[in-house]
Amino acid sequence: MTDNVLLSVNDITKSYAGVDALKNVSFELRRGEVHALIGENGAGKSTLIKIITGAVEPDGGEIKLNGQTLRHNSPRAAKQLGIAAIYQQPALFPELTVAENIAIGLEQRGLWARIDWRERRCHAAELLAQVGAKIAVDAEAGTLTMPQQQLVEIARALGAKARVLIMDEPTASLSEEDAQNLFKVIRQLRGQGVGIVYISHRLEELPLIADRVTVLRDGCVIDTRPISEVNRQQLIQLMVGRELSAVFPKREVALGEVVLELRNVGCAALGVHDVNLSLRAGEIVGLAGLVGAGRTELASIIFGLTPADEGEMLLHGRPIQITNPAQAIASGIAYVPEDRRRHGVILPMAICPNITLAALDRLKSFGSLDFRREKEIAADYTRRFGIKTPSIFTPVANLSGGNQQKVALSRWLVTKPSVLILDEPTQGIDVGAKAEIHALMSELAAQGTAILMISSELPEILGMSDRAAVIHDGTIFGMLDRAEATQANILALALGHKLIEAGAPAASQTGQS
Amino acid sequence: MKLGRYQREVSAALAYAALLVLIGFIAPSFFSATNLRDLALNNAPVLLVAVGMTMVILVGEIDISVGSQFAVCSVAAGWLAKSGVSIVLLLPCVLAFGAAMGAFNGFLIGRVRLPSIIVTLAMLTAWRDGLRWITQGAWVENLPANFQWFGLGQMSGQWLIVIVALLVLIGFGWLLRNLGAGRAIYAVGSDAEAARLAGIEPRNVVFGVFVLTGALVGLAALLNAVRFAVVPSNAGMGLELKAIAAVVVGGAAITGGRGTLAGTLIGVALLGTIGTGLTFMGINPFWEKAIQGGIILAALASDVALGRLEKHGRLNPARTAAS
Repeated sequence: MTDNVLLSVNDITKSYAGVDALKNVSFELRRGEVHALIGENGAGKSTLIKIITGAVEPDGGEIKLNGQTLRHNSPRAAKQLGIAAIYQQPALFPELTVAENIAIGLEQRGLWARIDWRERRCHAAELLAQVGAKIAVDAEAGTLTMPQQQLVEIARALGAKARVLIMDEPTASLSEEDAQNLFKVIRQLRGQGVGIVYISHRLEELPLIADRVTVLRDGCVIDTRPISEVNRQQLIQLMVGRELSAVFPKREVALGEVVLELRNVGCAALGVHDVNLSLRAGEIVGLAGLVGAGRTELASIIFGLTPADEGEMLLHGRPIQITNPAQAIASGIAYVPEDRRRHGVILPMAICPNITLAALDRLKSFGSLDFRREKEIAADYTRRFGIKTPSIFTPVANLSGGNQQKVALSRWLVTKPSVLILDEPTQGIDVGAKAEIHALMSELAAQGTAILMISSELPEILGMSDRAAVIHDGTIFGMLDRAEATQANILALALGHKLIEAGAPAASQTGQS
Repeated sequence: MKLGRYQREVSAALAYAALLVLIGFIAPSFFSATNLRDLALNNAPVLLVAVGMTMVILVGEIDISVGSQFAVCSVAAGWLAKSGVSIVLLLPCVLAFGAAMGAFNGFLIGRVRLPSIIVTLAMLTAWRDGLRWITQGAWVENLPANFQWFGLGQMSGQWLIVIVALLVLIGFGWLLRNLGAGRAIYAVGSDAEAARLAGIEPRNVVFGVFVLTGALVGLAALLNAVRFAVVPSNAGMGLELKAIAAVVVGGAAITGGRGTLAGTLIGVALLGTIGTGLTFMGINPFWEKAIQGGIILAALASDVALGRLEKHGRLNPARTAAS
């Protein structure tokens, strides 16, 4: 048993500015094992990973790889020993091609060796084929989608012959289909004896992929168990230390009249066409579909980021042309983008101006901004959403992901929108914050806001939406009401299979998930 | 907490105070009324340009054409005065002239999305050499009598210049802090795409900032020109570097989104004082530029050092509460 241990972390302690990030954490990874590491944001997962990859030095404790203690660990040393990490946000060089990105760090021929371009491209293509990615090796990395970039990173790790592979929320930005592909790759690596540390907030996928699970809470290891011995509910309990009554609490709300209606809307540049959709006051419509099918693109049309070039849009029954975000906001449409770290909030800015940024014209008093009211608004939302921060003047960059998302949401709620578009509202945030955001969405719907929620998580779509719109190939391929919306039906539509009568998938064999 | 937000301005102010104390010990004559007045007069135009430059840097751009714009505006002011334009009309004319040059920059940078360093480098040469070609290097002489000090006489004219510069500083400081437009400048400089998603149009903000900067350069040129009997056609040489240096020394981030006009005021004062301060302390003035360069490097280095400390969580009380 012990000789099968690939990596062991013993009694690791780390504190930042006197606050314990990790307290006597011990953790072991066996050969050919997928070991899930879960915990709320701030539980210490990131710190543990940074210590294993050598990015951060622990205050105490030791790390052993193949029974040998790693003394001076550094990112370079860790890499040479075969420890590779893939983070949630892909870290590729956007201006370099896929082949060049894969080659970086793999080719150890020295700075002055001539580059064999053909070999480099062949090697890259081979590695990409291993992860089942159909990506051109000459494409610039910056032009790839997030899941594609991730696959490139995995290919790079494969090329580096990694023995320990750390994956930080690899499926957070993947659609179901892409996630299934990824699992195939992970199983294949496991078969080769690679040890995989797998971090995820998607608890439902753990039984599919993990062998054991370790739960961290407040910097301590709470428990390590074989995945077959725990269920989802138990895991959540271990993570939060309390029982969550329901993770997806969409309240029943009497629906009002149609607020927003799209008729044959399309935009050639984005590959979106013939979209028909209506949103009623108090309604949450889930927008499901594979990544790249046109979900975010549809949101950007409605919000005026890329104006529609065909069809018509009606707001409160009146035709409206939206050509830029400012106009959308003035019309009562709000959009919380997917990539909140980049564009949902302004990271270096404090919480207070972030919250009021979209509603500055409401803060005017005698030509100047009304600072007292601004502070009141910011303090009010900070309290109501339980944003954990020492002050409303703290830069948003210093908050955890869940709290950043609450700031992003607050900004839009200040504008009192009649239509709220949420793009992956709970991606990569912990269970507690997720439940809070869901509760908030319910409350907004109860107040009469029409919500369009884009999500890659089927349970979220199923739990939160009154209706689910499934987008496929640039258009809404099917609309399911609550009774019809099942995981199987949504998947079938997302993959392009028509449903016959009463929600039975036409190609029923593909409907089983 | 409050100090944390203005830490860079505070450290620039402390450096300035230390410099004043040092000069006070070595060369107390520096603090004579005449010298201080000259210092204020010489630096009033620099301050005006630096106010514009602060906004340009806050939105994450740069403008190295301000020195050439300054020369064009100076000569234009001289010609207009000579051709009999009344002193009352002169001000709006020169402001409009500067604003038009700024608008040209702003159009290419904000609308066409060309990089500001390239656009303003081109304009730096184009305005300067265009002016040399038109004037054939000749200075504007025989200015009408009421042009000098706006015909107010030296004493009141001098004070007017300094007061105008300070009022502009205060006015723009108020604008940056108290108007939505000021907030928009910071937002665009921090993250233009996030600002766009929040309903701010970054293109318009960038355009507006360059127009304002052009107008401020025009004002600076006019206030400078009235001090002398002639307008040299090579006015404002190196002004862009002075302004950029002052802004950076005052704590603004060259990448945009962070900085204040209070910092810029300290930066202008610090760099201006060093020039004459050295002479008073009996140091060879040839060292002036080298020492200025050293100060800019020191300002940037301390900025980076502070950034590193923050990153490692030592100066960052917020991390504690967030985890």
